[in-house]
Amino acid sequence: MVKRIITMTVNNRPGVLNRITGLFTKRHYNIESITVGHTESEGISRMTFVVNVDDERIAEQITKQLNKQIDVLKVVDITDQAIIVRELALIKVAVTPATRGEIYTLIEPFRAAIVDVARDSLVVQVTGEPEKIDALIDLLKPYGLKEVARTGTTAFPRGSQRASSTNKSLFII
Amino acid sequence: MAANMKVKERVAKKQTLCGALMLIEALKAENVKVIFGYPGGAVLPIYDKLYESGVFHVLTRHEQGAIHAAEGYARISGKPGVVIATSGPGATNIVTGLTDAMMDSIPLVVFTGQVASNVIGSDAFQEADVLGITMPITKHSYQVRDVHELPKIIKEAFHIATTGRPGPVLIDIPKDMSVAEAEFDYEQEVQLPGYQPTTRPNHLQIRKLVEAVSQAKRPVILAGAGVLHANAHEQLKQYAEQQHIPVIHTLLGLGGFPADHPLFLGMAGMHGTYTANMALYECDLLINIGARFDDRVTGNLAHFAPKATVAHIDIDPAEIGKNVPTKIPIVGDAKEALIQLIEQNGKRPDVSEWLNKLNEWKREYPLMYKREPGVLKPQRLIEMIHEYTNGEAVVTTDVGQHQMWVAQYYKFKHPHRWVTSGGLGTMGFGLPAAIGAQLAQPEATVISIVGDGGFQMTLQELSVIQELNLPIKIVIVNNQALGMVRQWQEIFYEKRYSHSLIPNQPDFVRLAEAYGIKAMRATTEEEAEYVLKEALVTNAPVLLDFHVHPGENVYPMVAPGKGLHEMVGVKW
Repeated sequence: MVKRIITMTVNNRPGVLNRITGLFTKRHYNIESITVGHTESEGISRMTFVVNVDDERIAEQITKQLNKQIDVLKVVDITDQAIIVRELALIKVAVTPATRGEIYTLIEPFRAAIVDVARDSLVVQVTGEPEKIDALIDLLKPYGLKEVARTGTTAFPRGSQRASSTNKSLFII
Repeated sequence: MAANMKVKERVAKKQTLCGALMLIEALKAENVKVIFGYPGGAVLPIYDKLYESGVFHVLTRHEQGAIHAAEGYARISGKPGVVIATSGPGATNIVTGLTDAMMDSIPLVVFTGQVASNVIGSDAFQEADVLGITMPITKHSYQVRDVHELPKIIKEAFHIATTGRPGPVLIDIPKDMSVAEAEFDYEQEVQLPGYQPTTRPNHLQIRKLVEAVSQAKRPVILAGAGVLHANAHEQLKQYAEQQHIPVIHTLLGLGGFPADHPLFLGMAGMHGTYTANMALYECDLLINIGARFDDRVTGNLAHFAPKATVAHIDIDPAEIGKNVPTKIPIVGDAKEALIQLIEQNGKRPDVSEWLNKLNEWKREYPLMYKREPGVLKPQRLIEMIHEYTNGEAVVTTDVGQHQMWVAQYYKFKHPHRWVTSGGLGTMGFGLPAAIGAQLAQPEATVISIVGDGGFQMTLQELSVIQELNLPIKIVIVNNQALGMVRQWQEIFYEKRYSHSLIPNQPDFVRLAEAYGIKAMRATTEEEAEYVLKEALVTNAPVLLDFHVHPGENVYPMVAPGKGLHEMVGVKW
């Protein structure tokens, strides 16, 4: 299995998310996460998908099939580009007076923040690459995780691309 | 003066209209000659305006009949088929037809009624989430939320349905949107930044193909329905003759290349000819033009064209490389690509040895069946129809054994005379499709060849044929069975004929007569000859019930999971 990150811009019309996810279901593509939000242009949204595929041929099929949707404006598989990948997580962790200080120290290197404090729990907010979030969650697990909410990955090509990571262009057109 | 008229026209076109009248004006602007439909609650405002509109509306007896008729019309006329159905059950009844049109790239514009905007989502009477249901089976779909948008939506729908790779587009119209009024402007340009089909092929890829052809020893062309959609049949012939490349058709491509041409090898796939399938196995260059490498064509992909460099010309980039790794991908319109290839006039490959081999196969392994005295063989029946219509008729079929026999034995000489359900394999398609085909070409001889199973799925449309006095000749290939199911059970399920034998079929002759249609029966070759000739000189609909030999199987055959070279039933 290969993980691919695909971003696209779409017309912000009713049902467009349904069309896209329906296409994934129809063609048996596995979605790991989806994020959707407005862009700088009115009426246009950006979607970021993380999908697990068997091989590159399927990844290419996905982008081609997405491209066929009338409301899809642009599709790019940015996996092989220089990209910024971010995710946000909210983690509610159980605390006792004894462990509270320990957790404060523990999250510091992650540049995470405490966004809610209750008598027996804390809510930690962390952003970063998904692996970093996985690592923090692992560290907090022994204290007792009460709830975890993750946004899923959103991603962006960097302003300047390294020469080595040339954009893998579709072999046709 | 003329300019003045134009301004006047433009003003006239900008008048304020209700949604229902907008629809009718848009159909007129699109030059739609006929629509197929069925009224109901949610489309009553539209039907009220249709009443005096002058638009020719065919009332089929079931919505499935309407959409298959529209498909037949589109396939033969080259223009989009237009359908109206009401909300809820009306809309769900067209789901099969939408899927069929999607699979076979048939341009349709389908209007469905919807419950009024203010009750959508409340499980109202005859409400169904038609947009949700039809998303995966349409090229695109709309629900009207503001009547001001209706003209733009209809214009876009016709554009999307008929350009690029054609397909069905659905417009769901809530009842209040048919009544609400707005300014009608149909002059605006279509602007779809997310939909820009590539029609002009990349020159470098064309050059690559020319180079590959010049070096090929065993080239072959596999031509699909894309050739027909692009109206590229002339160019296909010209190119094949220029380069001396033999041509194979897919089921849906038949007629794109004349069947009596010396370079034609027949149909490929599960029930294709030995020569076509072996040519695909042995070729060193395979040029696919407008076919999508369907599994019924390729057989087991691991054994498909193992020695070939594959080139693929397709308007839909997603089809290229989907099933078969492709070395030379050419995205574009088949006609434009063929014109470029002809202009290149590349070095003609030396194929004399290859053609000798192919001709040897043709001689050695022709299509075959045994004629027996007193028995009507279905293959013979199709040969007779071919002979008596001089291969010139428009033929529609259902799905199954009779469809394969028509594909094998009706030697299509011309394009756009063949209407069948390929990708979806829809029983009940043939009869309503013939209605659309006959309306598209009123002068043509239209023959609807169906099985006794499929016929009963849409036979209510006999009523339409009688009402409009369409001179369709309905041929029932009656083997008192669901023949293809029976054949598979015989071969793969130890002759356990589970629910595939129907010995108590109705008397189709009396059934047709009940609908006011002349009908005859034949059980031998002699009788078949008589009734066929009689029917063909009758300028009215005729139903012919042919009792064919019930145990007949379609051969040759590539069993599922096998490669094309492993076909059976090629020789006695």
